[in-house]
Amino acid sequence: MLRASVIVFPGSNCDRDVKVAIEKVTGFPVKMVWHGDAEVPASDLIVLPGGFSYGDYLRCGAMAAHSPIMRDVIAKAKAGTPVLGICNGFQVLCESGLLPGVLMRNASLKFICRDVHLKCEQDKTFFTQCYRRDQVIKVPVAHAEGNFFADTETLDRLEGEGQVAFRYCDADGNVSAATNLNGAQRNIAGVTDKTGRILGMMPHPERLFETALGGTDGRRIFESALVSVTAAMA
Amino acid sequence: MKARIRITLKNGVLDPQGKAIQHALGGLGFPGVEDVRQGKYIEVALAETDEGKAKAAIEKMCKDLLANTVIENYSYELVA
Repeated sequence: MLRASVIVFPGSNCDRDVKVAIEKVTGFPVKMVWHGDAEVPASDLIVLPGGFSYGDYLRCGAMAAHSPIMRDVIAKAKAGTPVLGICNGFQVLCESGLLPGVLMRNASLKFICRDVHLKCEQDKTFFTQCYRRDQVIKVPVAHAEGNFFADTETLDRLEGEGQVAFRYCDADGNVSAATNLNGAQRNIAGVTDKTGRILGMMPHPERLFETALGGTDGRRIFESALVSVTAAMA
Repeated sequence: MKARIRITLKNGVLDPQGKAIQHALGGLGFPGVEDVRQGKYIEVALAETDEGKAKAAIEKMCKDLLANTVIENYSYELVA
């Protein structure tokens, strides 16, 4: 059993993709929750999807982070409900303070839309336990503001406490300036909170979850969530 | 009362848009453009007439929404 809720903001455009991905991978129906609602139904997992919530006005994710539903998302996240933020959802998590840092304009100033390689640096957390440590996976990115920034002290703390989930790398897992597609500090593509139950990532796992889409590396995010929830119930 | 708010990137935060503007100015033939940093300017009209209360409100608006203090500084002035 997995009760997942996807939050729909005005301007979200990956909300139905992630719904389909979760339903096909886990076999359980997903609820869609409108941003103006006051409460998220009881959920084992909340997803903040990709897109351009509120037209990216002011800063990406800034308006969504203050929408009515986010008060309950933040309260539930702080009480332990796992939250996955993909792309714009990652930006919303940073703007709401659930994750540290901020996603800035890509260093190239270009919108980047292509498959990238990621190095998985966590194999124990709610969303990543079905990956192997240092496994290289291929997942697409599609963003203009994915350049992760935090001050040096915060970056050191994230690395020290194992909160870096994914880094941009090449097909062999080498992390370097050459594989840093958007200028992100230390090639960071995804981070978790201290508990590992809140994950924000710029790449889109829901876009490569079955062979018909050209790859399956993204599905383990959702498999991990199902395994984690099932284990917690046992 | 009106607040004129300026939001700028902190020193040390790279500003690729500012760099692009700098290059464009160079391309247009303006000599000696040593650096460009871009930011935001926001005007907020307030019903509040007490300057102290208006300042407190603007401070909170900047911290809660208008600026992301991880990367941005803000400053403002109140005008009648």
